[in-house]
Amino acid sequence: MAPDKPDKPHKADKNEPRPTSGVSRRDFLRGSAAGAVSTGLLSGGLVGAATQTETAEQAADIAGPGPIPMAFRINGDRHTVNLEPRVTLLDALRNYMDLTGAKRVCDRATCGACTVLLDGKPAYACSVLAIEAQGEEILTIEGLGTPNRMHPLQSAFVENDAQQCGFCTPGFVLACKAFLDKNSDPTIEQIEKGLGGNLCRCGTYMGIRQAVLDVTGKGATNG
Amino acid sequence: MAEYTWPETKDRSLIGKRITRLDGPLKSTGTAKYSFDVNRPGMLFAKVLRSPHAHARIKSIDVSTAKAMPGVKAVRVIQDAGAEIKWSLDEVAVVAATTEDIAQDAVAAIQVEYEVLPHFVNEENLTAAPETKPAQEETTGDPATAMAAAEVKTKGEYGTAMIAHCCLEPHGQVAEWTDAEHVTVWASTQNVSGIPGQIAEKVGIPAANVRCITPFMGGGFGSKFSADRWGIEGVELARETGAPVKLMLERDAEIAVAGGRPSAFAEVEVGASRDGTVTAWSSKSWGTGGVGGSGTPPLPYVFKFENQTHQHTSVPTNVGASRAWRAPNHPQGCLITMSALEDMAAKLNMDPIDLFRKNISTDGKRASVYEEELGKAAELIDWKRNWHPRGAGSGQVRRGLGLALHTWGGRAHRSNCEVIVYPDGLVEAKLGSQDLGTGTITVIAIVLAETFGIPLEWTKVALGDSHFPASGPSGGSTTVGGVSSSTRRGAMDARQQLFERVAPYLEATADELEAKDGTVRIKGAPNRSMTWKEAAAKLGVNPITTSGSNPGPGKLNDSGVGGVQMADVSVDMETGVVKINKMVAVQDCGLIINIKTAESQVYGALIMGITYALTEEKIFDPVTGQLLNGDMEFYKLAGIGDVGELVVHMMTGPGYDERGVIGLGEPPVISPGAAISNAVANATGVRVPNLPLTANRVIAALEKGGVD
Repeated sequence: MAPDKPDKPHKADKNEPRPTSGVSRRDFLRGSAAGAVSTGLLSGGLVGAATQTETAEQAADIAGPGPIPMAFRINGDRHTVNLEPRVTLLDALRNYMDLTGAKRVCDRATCGACTVLLDGKPAYACSVLAIEAQGEEILTIEGLGTPNRMHPLQSAFVENDAQQCGFCTPGFVLACKAFLDKNSDPTIEQIEKGLGGNLCRCGTYMGIRQAVLDVTGKGATNG
Repeated sequence: MAEYTWPETKDRSLIGKRITRLDGPLKSTGTAKYSFDVNRPGMLFAKVLRSPHAHARIKSIDVSTAKAMPGVKAVRVIQDAGAEIKWSLDEVAVVAATTEDIAQDAVAAIQVEYEVLPHFVNEENLTAAPETKPAQEETTGDPATAMAAAEVKTKGEYGTAMIAHCCLEPHGQVAEWTDAEHVTVWASTQNVSGIPGQIAEKVGIPAANVRCITPFMGGGFGSKFSADRWGIEGVELARETGAPVKLMLERDAEIAVAGGRPSAFAEVEVGASRDGTVTAWSSKSWGTGGVGGSGTPPLPYVFKFENQTHQHTSVPTNVGASRAWRAPNHPQGCLITMSALEDMAAKLNMDPIDLFRKNISTDGKRASVYEEELGKAAELIDWKRNWHPRGAGSGQVRRGLGLALHTWGGRAHRSNCEVIVYPDGLVEAKLGSQDLGTGTITVIAIVLAETFGIPLEWTKVALGDSHFPASGPSGGSTTVGGVSSSTRRGAMDARQQLFERVAPYLEATADELEAKDGTVRIKGAPNRSMTWKEAAAKLGVNPITTSGSNPGPGKLNDSGVGGVQMADVSVDMETGVVKINKMVAVQDCGLIINIKTAESQVYGALIMGITYALTEEKIFDPVTGQLLNGDMEFYKLAGIGDVGELVVHMMTGPGYDERGVIGLGEPPVISPGAAISNAVANATGVRVPNLPLTANRVIAALEKGGVD
């Protein structure tokens, strides 16, 4: 079982290399702020050297560790909020903007319950720093549809009973949307591979598979 | 007044149909608010300091630095100096702060000195256990003599690892004191009506002053009945700080300490005559559910033999305590029994269906149900065409079929329901119950709509609040029977009251009336009618309010179901990878109120079963005593591409419907492990003794070779 993850968390500067394993940027920042990383990679090398030669202008580029103003475009609306730079996009949405449709489950980019779309691409919001998501067009489940005006994909989830407890559902719906935006006519195999980055515990995969097929016009609905 | 029964098949407009889940739109749009999603004004976040040791004594604990940190509002020591820690990630202290990150920083700043003590976490080898609790041997007949006389004998070892509930919404709650004497908790619980009493006792206020609100719940599977220590701590932090406090478990703790299904390992000997009649059964089993040891798996399972003996040994380990996991003890008993019998069938060169059929009559009253279900399942998986004798396949990838049977009670729990008929025609039911995602809300709405002859849109169901009439915890497949029965009784009483009020307008007596198709009318004379809304309007300004209970008069529910599952797998003989091609579940559960959500629950059980059969396992490091896979990368759940084709068939109609409502949550999750293990044995020619059937276990079994 090696689920094919959706695209890695998307970011604005595509040229900058991303951490691929080991200590995440978020853990690192959290550790630094707590004073726990005192003799590690940065203080021994880069930061130490940088501090000595920094000009006042460069120093102004260093954010935090305290809260700083940030601005986001979420579901077409502008949100401004003061956040520590170490706050993840997921926690920013849930704890500071009361957008709780994205769920925190694994908190380590495995399960997809926190999936949001950044400029149309799926991202694990638990593993994107909020500060990095500024300037991106953020779509959360709240922006896709409402109970009275559901997106066709949401209607297909309802119709095919593609949800039980429902905790994985918002993430799955957005992962499906991003997947279908990229491939509007997928085979079952492509669906299974393309949605491998989201996990459900109640076992709603049959309904999800059918919901995706229905939206593409392929499924004779089993509902 | 009519008797309390379910309507006849011909009179049902909604019961037994495929009705779409009513709370679906709230869930698909992210509108549904779970406990984890509750944000209250001024709310603080709590984080827990947990022991890094599986067994230790706390020598000292210093929270002064943590307390002094800006943003920290309270620090509570849960286990002080001198306390003995008996499992890793046990709670030691808890912090409430203005943000999650500050709370986490403060947890990291707490200094604890431990005296590390010896631990024991790997129970697979019983002889290594420092402490065991053997239970009494249970014996029928004379198994020793029967075994000695048996024409054919098999001996096997079977087992299944300890697994976690791994609820996607972790355990936890938001607690808020509304004044010095009253607290509200938004708890992620399967036990809305039972939480207030548990909290009240610990925090020293009357149970009436505690309110639990849980409109939606993100998975429990048997692990969320208790208020838990973290629940009490959350309530105390809220009292101490005068602010609402959110405390939800981190994923590592959720997997390590908030739920586990006990392991079970067994050595089994089976004796049979050459025609496949089992004449003797002897088993010894052991297992752990952590510090408390384990319960006894039912062995032999489903089958009963004239001469049988079983003895179980519970093994305490330095692991967080187990909790009820869907169908406690049954999946373990099922795996061990069905594997041992399938091994016997293989030795006799018999089709296991024939061996199972030959011996199932020993189960008595449900034998005919199994007969029917075996036939249906065999048809759906095309057993005749696809089955081959064990190990008869060839090539690198080999296909095999396996089967298993299960049973469960599922008797309705105690439930109370308030039914209100409003003068505008809306009918509401209020219950202190909960919908875990099983479709409880929809079932209750169906019962209301069916009873009043109105569309679902004119009903309202309110659950998830302990201020509503008390209803039992949702465990053991007891909810659907309980809530449907209490609702039906309350609704029938309310309907009768309404009939009495409107009868004079129709120049009839109440007993001559019926509520059908959105009207109240005279039975047999449908043109003498008024619309439902006109009838309700006759109430004036005061609604009708009734209460319904379970247990109560009339036969509305029952207990005791069967169930047959078959698995079709492929095994790569080089890599040891097991792939599910197809699974078939045939399940009875009496009268099914909503086929659609019932099927969903069985699909879900199959998937959960595939997961524990193939990948799920709590892996403990013998050296450190730590759980090595307390995350979802390595505590593996099946993904959408891992489950193959699933076929669900619900037994309905005569022989089933008239039994009344029986619960469904547990039974279909019992058989998958056994059916898959048997299919793998059929494919490979060898028994892989223990679940999960990971590649390394399959390879090891292949290297070891065939069964005795």
